[in-house]
Amino acid sequence: MTTLHSPTRSILTRPWSPYLVGAGIGVLSWLVFSLVEKPLGMSTSLSAAAGACAAPVVGMDEVARNPYWARHMPKWDYGMLFLVGTFLGALASAVAARTFRLEIVPTVWRERFGPSRAKRLLAAFAGGILVLYGARMAGGCTSGHGISGSLQLALSSWTFFLTMFAAGAVTAAILFRTRAGRRER
Amino acid sequence: MNLPITGTAALVLALLFGFAFGVLLHRGRVTDYNVIVNQFRFRDFTVLKVMFTAIVVGGVGVLVLHKLGRAPYDVKPAQMLGVTLGAALFGAGMVIYGYCPGTGLAAVATGSLHALVGLAGMMAGGILYALSFRWVQAHILSVANQGKLRLPDVTGLPDWAWFVLLAAIALIVFAAIERIERKSRPATPAA
Repeated sequence: MTTLHSPTRSILTRPWSPYLVGAGIGVLSWLVFSLVEKPLGMSTSLSAAAGACAAPVVGMDEVARNPYWARHMPKWDYGMLFLVGTFLGALASAVAARTFRLEIVPTVWRERFGPSRAKRLLAAFAGGILVLYGARMAGGCTSGHGISGSLQLALSSWTFFLTMFAAGAVTAAILFRTRAGRRER
Repeated sequence: MNLPITGTAALVLALLFGFAFGVLLHRGRVTDYNVIVNQFRFRDFTVLKVMFTAIVVGGVGVLVLHKLGRAPYDVKPAQMLGVTLGAALFGAGMVIYGYCPGTGLAAVATGSLHALVGLAGMMAGGILYALSFRWVQAHILSVANQGKLRLPDVTGLPDWAWFVLLAAIALIVFAAIERIERKSRPATPAA
């Protein structure tokens, strides 16, 4: 393996060990739990953002009247800014690593469903509906339940983690089966 | 220092912590549709490695901080029907979308246009939930609500024992995964 690039550049550009990343997220959770007493979470703020999306259509008064949004009003609070930060961090990382790339039909999808963009985008939209609807019904997502809740040994969160994984595995088995019924290697 | 930090300082921290989270998600390759979907096909274990390590490392640290009185626990209530049904919808959706809310948002920032369309889907899902909330609250969220239970409460096994167990499971499972992955990896050419 060539070592022509300097060590700093390779840290900036290459992917990191998933164990290190996981440990990093763990350390991040120490900070958020102790300094701001919040979990790492995405779905609560995203559903508040959905209220912001509805506001131009039905008016902010209607949004405030909704029994769910009344408790999760869209505003630039900690959770919303955490979302913004996440977006910016991923952007900075992708640009630094030069992996920023427009993608419409990813490889694994294309291998199974072909190159149709319409098909992929329809599935993405439908999947997105299920993901946030399911997250709010469960009270959290892979960040709020999967990481923050599980690390607190919450019964709700471990139930979420295991059920989510099982449902995902079954869905993947159905969605990505080959015509012969055998998985191609 | 007065804890917890609130006000404008907290908002600044939100951006910083979020930034770190976004970097970690991207560097961990979990902003990649293929990595996430292949986890559910059991062909790529990156997602599990990241999440489980985060849970064990995070959990041990937060437990210590909690014992020192520096980190309150705040667990979500075990509304068993809502959690189970919601998780099932979420799991199915995550495979169809190919992302979860956090990785999906981060993926948009890496250029994924289908993640962006899915983000619009998430907004639609959020609106649908708000519209159906009264019904869901009355018929689903109220069913089998066990309250803010934690595994030590349910089992009598203390916190530290749980983390010893989880760490042991992690080590065994990860060692097995590494061995499987090493076998299926093509031999690297000599440097």
